[in-house]
Parts: sequence; structure tokens; C-alpha cells
Amino acid sequence: MNPVLKIILQRLALGLLTLFIVSIVIFTAVNMLPGDFAEAILGQGATPEAVDAIRRDLGLDQHPVARYLDWLAGAVQGDLGNSFAQANFASFVGADSGVRVTVAQQIAPRFANTMFLAGVTAAIAVPFAITLGILAALYRNSVFDKAANITTLTSISSPEFFLAYVLILFLAVLNPVLPSLSNIYADMGFGERLQKTLLPALTLTLVVTAHMMRMTRAAIINLLASPYIEMARLKGIKPMRVIVRHALPNALAPIINVIALNLAYLITGVVVVEVVFVYPGIGQLFVDSVKIRDIPVVQACCLIFAAAYILLNLTADILSILSNPRLRHKK
Amino acid sequence: MTDTLVEMRDIRIEGRADETWMPIIKGVDLTLKKGEVLGLIGESGAGKSTLGLAAMGFCRDGVRIAGGSVSFDGIDLLAASAEQKRRLLGKRIAYVAQSAAASFNPAHKLIDQHVEAPVQHGVMARAESEQDGIELYRKLRLPNPDEIGFRYPHQVSGGQLQRAMTAMAMACRPDLIIFDEPTTALDVTTQIEVLASIRQIVEEFDTAAIYITHDLAVVAQMADRIKVLLRGDEVEEADTREMLSHPKQDYTKSLWAVREFQRPPKPPVAEDATPVVSVQGVTAAYGKIDVLHNVSFDIHEGRTVAVVGESGSGKSTTARVITGLLPPRMGGIELDGEALPPDYRQRSKDQLRQVQMIYQMADTALNPRKTVGEIVGRPVEFYMGLRGRKKRDRVAQLLDQIELPAGEFIDRLPSEMSGGQKQRIGIARALAAEPKFIICDEVTSALDQLVAEGILKLLARLQDELKLSYMFITHDLATVRSIADEVVVMKDGEVVEQGPKLDMFRPPHHAYTDLLLSSVPEMDPDWLTNLLAERGVDNLGDAAVDKMG
Repeated sequence: MNPVLKIILQRLALGLLTLFIVSIVIFTAVNMLPGDFAEAILGQGATPEAVDAIRRDLGLDQHPVARYLDWLAGAVQGDLGNSFAQANFASFVGADSGVRVTVAQQIAPRFANTMFLAGVTAAIAVPFAITLGILAALYRNSVFDKAANITTLTSISSPEFFLAYVLILFLAVLNPVLPSLSNIYADMGFGERLQKTLLPALTLTLVVTAHMMRMTRAAIINLLASPYIEMARLKGIKPMRVIVRHALPNALAPIINVIALNLAYLITGVVVVEVVFVYPGIGQLFVDSVKIRDIPVVQACCLIFAAAYILLNLTADILSILSNPRLRHKK
Repeated sequence: MTDTLVEMRDIRIEGRADETWMPIIKGVDLTLKKGEVLGLIGESGAGKSTLGLAAMGFCRDGVRIAGGSVSFDGIDLLAASAEQKRRLLGKRIAYVAQSAAASFNPAHKLIDQHVEAPVQHGVMARAESEQDGIELYRKLRLPNPDEIGFRYPHQVSGGQLQRAMTAMAMACRPDLIIFDEPTTALDVTTQIEVLASIRQIVEEFDTAAIYITHDLAVVAQMADRIKVLLRGDEVEEADTREMLSHPKQDYTKSLWAVREFQRPPKPPVAEDATPVVSVQGVTAAYGKIDVLHNVSFDIHEGRTVAVVGESGSGKSTTARVITGLLPPRMGGIELDGEALPPDYRQRSKDQLRQVQMIYQMADTALNPRKTVGEIVGRPVEFYMGLRGRKKRDRVAQLLDQIELPAGEFIDRLPSEMSGGQKQRIGIARALAAEPKFIICDEVTSALDQLVAEGILKLLARLQDELKLSYMFITHDLATVRSIADEVVVMKDGEVVEQGPKLDMFRPPHHAYTDLLLSSVPEMDPDWLTNLLAERGVDNLGDAAVDKMG
């Protein structure tokens, strides 16, 4: 078998195994959360009988292992269960309306929004960071290099909400070029959606650029002492070409890995920015669901986050392998 | 127009060390005429490479030209801007590096790297340059010249890469090429092919060259004139034949003399003597592939067995089997007539103690964070159970044996010693176990000739004093000549010939032994020419194709 294909299949299998282990961890952790959905929703009216009834309705009275297996079986078939919060409780209301909102229905639009924001951010941040990194490596130890380092480090060190408000101040209040609210909805046109997403995307760009730029710079500079770079310089190749054509292809593996980590962060960790711009992403849904102990939604979100991390790291691994000619072309 | 190409006057170069600038080249003059080949020779640290690069107007990071002048074809390289120099490099001045494997970019195909300079300097269009590259590959007798350029560097052998790099340097038909030890990393049989190629192409295009090497016999084949450097100073310069026949300075004479160290032959071993180490029918494999096939030889008390062969012939694998690092698939090792367990983990402490090793790279074989006292003290404590005062005394005694003053060296770190001193510490560490048998794995190949000779003499003295037996792994036949009692020649994991040294160096030989022996460069400047005539040029090309496998 093609060695690269073999490695990819091995990594995929490992990724699935990791996801399975993570699902156990998620289920255990979520079930160890203090509090209980029934008690939370009933509030003052939480009589033992009412609580029991709701728990029975939701299957919370069953053994955890049985519930886990049930959940896993569903998840494997793409059924992530029904949201607690959106359910009509037959035992409580008196009659089953027959309408159930599934977790998938609830998450899908939010997840699409999150992916859109992450996509826009990545489209801006990745080329920006890599270009900046290449220039910093080319003009290393110059004023430009230092300025780029200081600026990106400052932006990564500031709290996200602060960066968001600074951007709002300059781009929405003082110069009203972009909307400060990102209340996008389903049937909005692409252009308008993009415009409304731009400000949170810029905020996130400021957050993720530093990592990627500094790794690009470091990975390239690391190679500048190698004999083939000296050879390129002794062949009279222009400095920019030495970096882009001779150093960069050999520095890709670490850069790809850092990009993957930052993209994963964009999918899973942007709740603060979502809140500031009222962006209807998955982060807000996640936090709300934790607040009201809507266990199926919380579990599904966690699983999606884990899958995103695993998938992106997997992609990074595979791309790193493909960037190595020794593995692409056998002896 | 004069016919002077490079003119360096009173050039002084400094290198940065701990916040101060230390002189590397202390005022050297160098003149090179068009089409002439100048050999630069000296030990490592003599400043050969630095001087060679300075002739291109180039300094490595942390090195600066502090004074003097460099002019190339009337252009003052020290006054030229970076852009002006860039336009000369690759186009009119080219460089061939020591390790082609490291100097080709692993991410690009050979031909893409070949055409880069001509295309970027606007000398040729890409298609034209590609065609020219293939022509050069053919001239340099690379196998499959039409196809080899479309491979990545890792898909091509070291000797072929070195020729491809020479072709790359020729791409713009430069006026000057700097060859920086282009054959040092190659086996002798491969070296010949590369030397012949370089000489042929330099002659054909009438290119001037500065040929840097530490190997006198090599430079004798390549250069019209030779300049000898010692610690940044010129020792002497003369035409090659004059220099070889009448060296004037003591230092040059001492370089010449190194090759003459020889031990007197020992009486033959008694018929019934039990060998200290006996390798018996060893077949060993990495994974599923056998790399050793039925290897057998004996090593007797107080004797040195040299194991020679090209890289990949199984020399070091044999050592790994003897030490128990690689249990053999078949056969075994006997120590004093008793079978040793195949895996070192099953051997007793005393069995482990008897077999010690000295490594090629003393740099990587010594822990950089431990002092000499700790490095040598560790086996003293582990095998001999000595501690405290007694341990320190024993270490001092060992340092005395390897001719390093204990008071000065016992608290030093490896980074505070020279290459030869580090190798001596490696020897002391092996001696600390008080072994019967020591495996010396290419122990002198990273060292300069004078230093290497010192190590060989030390090993010979220790052998006489302590009745040690050595297995001496090397690819350098000069070393074999000077220290071995018996020789084992290996090729592709098999022993092709073995016997007493004197027999081995006397014809008739096995065909492969003959190839090895005849490939060792000799000081005679006509050696390469005669050898090529003898073997026939076509033969050389065939040998290259054979190596492709």
C-alpha cells in the first residue's frame, strides 16, 4: 500500500479511538456537574414527586452506563437526542404535544454560524500571519521585525473583549464603517452576512495572529543556518526568494500545526467575542445550555468541539507528512 | 587585461567568540590566475573554508573581514554592495560544498535547483538550462542523465549528489569555483569518480578553482599550486610537484610524515590459542532484511583486527552484534571460548565489562553536562565499585595513561576540550572498565591527520602495555596500514577477504580488495591520471551504474 495512505488511515483510526475516549470523558464530566435539570427548571415548585416525574420522562433515573450506551448508540447514528429545555413534559404539562426539538436541529444553525465566523477569520488571519512571519524572518532584528512582534504580542496578551471594544470604538463608533452588532439570521445574503461578521472576525484575527506569525518566523529562522540555505545564498538568489522558496517549504510542518491549533480555537473558544457582538454562534448556545443543565446539548457541543480538535490536528499531521518529500517520494 | 582572476591582499578575518572578535585569518595573500587550480590545505580550524568563502566576498554569520582587500576580475568585493555581490555569486563565482546531501534543498528536485541560478541571473531560459543540465550530468558520467535530475536529493546517493552539485556550480559557466572539501564525506571508491569528474570538467571549461581539503593526496591530484595554512597563517606556497618533493617548512614536512607511521609486525598467533573474541557465523537483520550474512572472524589477545569496507558494508552492525545491542538471527559471539548471551541485557556485569567501545564522534558520545571526572568516574564506580577518594585517584591514573594531565582536565567539560582531547577521554572511559577487548568505531575519521596519528600511537602503546585486543572499524586504508595486524574486508554484509595485514597489502587480491586498495589516493600527482588510464574511463562509468543497484 502507498505509505502515505497507510499513515493517513492509521491516523484516522487513532482519531476515532481518541474521539471514543473523549466521549466517555465528556459524559462522565457532564454527569458530575452539580445540580439537576429537573430541579433547575422547576425552581420553587420542585416537589420530590415533580422532580421524579421529569427525571423519569427524560430517562435520568436510569443507570449512567445504560444512559451512556444509549447516547453513544444515538450519536453514532447521527442522533444526538432531544433538547431538555425545548421539550414538552407530558407528565408536567399534562399532554404530550408530540413536538420534540432535537439537539441537532438546535445546534445546526449555530454551528453553521460559528463555522462561517471561523472561516472568515481564517481567510484573513492565516495569510496575514504567514506574510508577516515571512517578512519578519526576512528583516529579522530590524525595526519592522520588532514592531510586528510587539504589536502581535500586545494583541494576544489583551483580553478579547477589550480588543473587541477597541475595534468597535474605532470602526463602528468614531468611523462608522462596520456594524457593531453581528445579529445575523438564516436567510441573510452573503454580502450582508460578511459585513456583519467582519468586526468579530477582525477581533479574532488580532487574537490568533501572534502565534502563527511567531511560529512562521521562528521555523524559518531555524533553517537559515542550514547548508542548503547557505548554498542558495551563494548561488546569488535574492533574499526574499531564499526565504520563500528554500526555507518555507522545509518549515511547513510546525507552521501547519500551529495553524490547526488556532483554527480549533476559533471553533471552540470564541464565546466572549460572540457575547460582545451578539453573534449567534455555538459558544453562546453552549454556555446557555450549561446554565440550565440541558445535558444533551452540552454533551453534543463538547463532542463537536472534541471532533473539531481531533480533525484539525489530524489534517495538520497529514499535511505535515505531505510537505515532506521524503515521504511523498520513496527512494 | 591581466590574467589574474582573484587577488587577496593581507586579508584578515575575525570570528565572534564570547563578545570579542578573535582572529581566524591573520593576513594572508592569495593570487589566482584564470583557469588555475589552487589547493588550500591545512587542519580543521586552519581557516581554509573561511578563506575560500572570503574569496567570494562572503562571510558566514558571526564572521567578519577585518582588513585587507579582495578583488575578483578587477571588482573590489569588499567595497561592492550586497546586490552587486549577489549578481556575481552563482553566475561568475560558484561554490561546491562539503556535504552535497545537506546542501541540496530536500524540498526540490535536482534539476529545479540546477536551473535556478541560470534562470534567476538571466543567463539562460529554463528549458535551455534544463537541457544544459542534462548535458552536464552526462559529462559528469552520472547514471541515467536524462532522468536523474527529476529526482529529489534523498533519492540519489552521496557520490552522485556531489557530482550533481558540481554540475550545478557549472550551470552558469562561472570563472571561479570554490570546492570546499567536496570528497571528504565519501568512500574512497566513490571519491575517485567525483575527483575524476571535477578535474575533467574544470579542465574542459578552463574554470579557475580553489580546492579546499585536508587530504594531501587528494590535493596533489587536483591542484596546480598548493598553499598550506596553519591556524590562520600561511605556512608556504609552491607548485604542486615542488611542494610534494621539496616541502620547505617543518610543519609541511610533518604533514607529509603522518602517513609513514607503521607498527612493526607481530609474530604469528599460536595455532591452539583461544581467541579473545570469536565472531561465529553471524547473520543479523534489521527488521526483515538481513544486513550481515554468515560473518566469522577471530580476534586474538594483543592483536588489532581492522574491519574495512564502504559505508553500508556492515562494519558497525558487526560491532552492534558483538556488544549485544543487536542480537543476531543466526550464529553467535564467543568471549575467551565461552558463548556470550546474544542480548546485552542477559550478559553478566563481568561480561559487559570485558567488551568496551570507542565512538567516531567524541562530541556526541560524551555527555556535554558532565565533567571529565564524572564521565570517566562512572564506569570506575559501576564496574570496579570504587568511590570518593579512590575513584578520583583511579580517574587521575587513567587520565595519566591517556597523556592528559589530570590536575588540568579532571574538572573540565567536553566543550572545553579539542576534538583529539575528547577522543582521548572516550578512550579513558573505555579503559576504566579494564576490558580485554575494545571496539574502535572510526575513532580517527573525524580528526585531523596529526591528531589522528597521536590517537593511533596512544592506542598502540596501550595495547602493548595492557595486552588489549582491538577491533578497528575504518574505511581509511592508511589507518589500516599503520595499526592493523589482521584485516577483514567487508562488502554488502559479507566478509570478502581476511588475513594478516602483510598478505592483504600484497597481490593477488580479491577483486573488491583490489578496488579498495587502488582507490586510496597517493601523493604522486600523476596517480589519478595513471589510475584512470589503467581502469579505462568507461569502466568508471560502469562502476557508477553498478552502485545505483
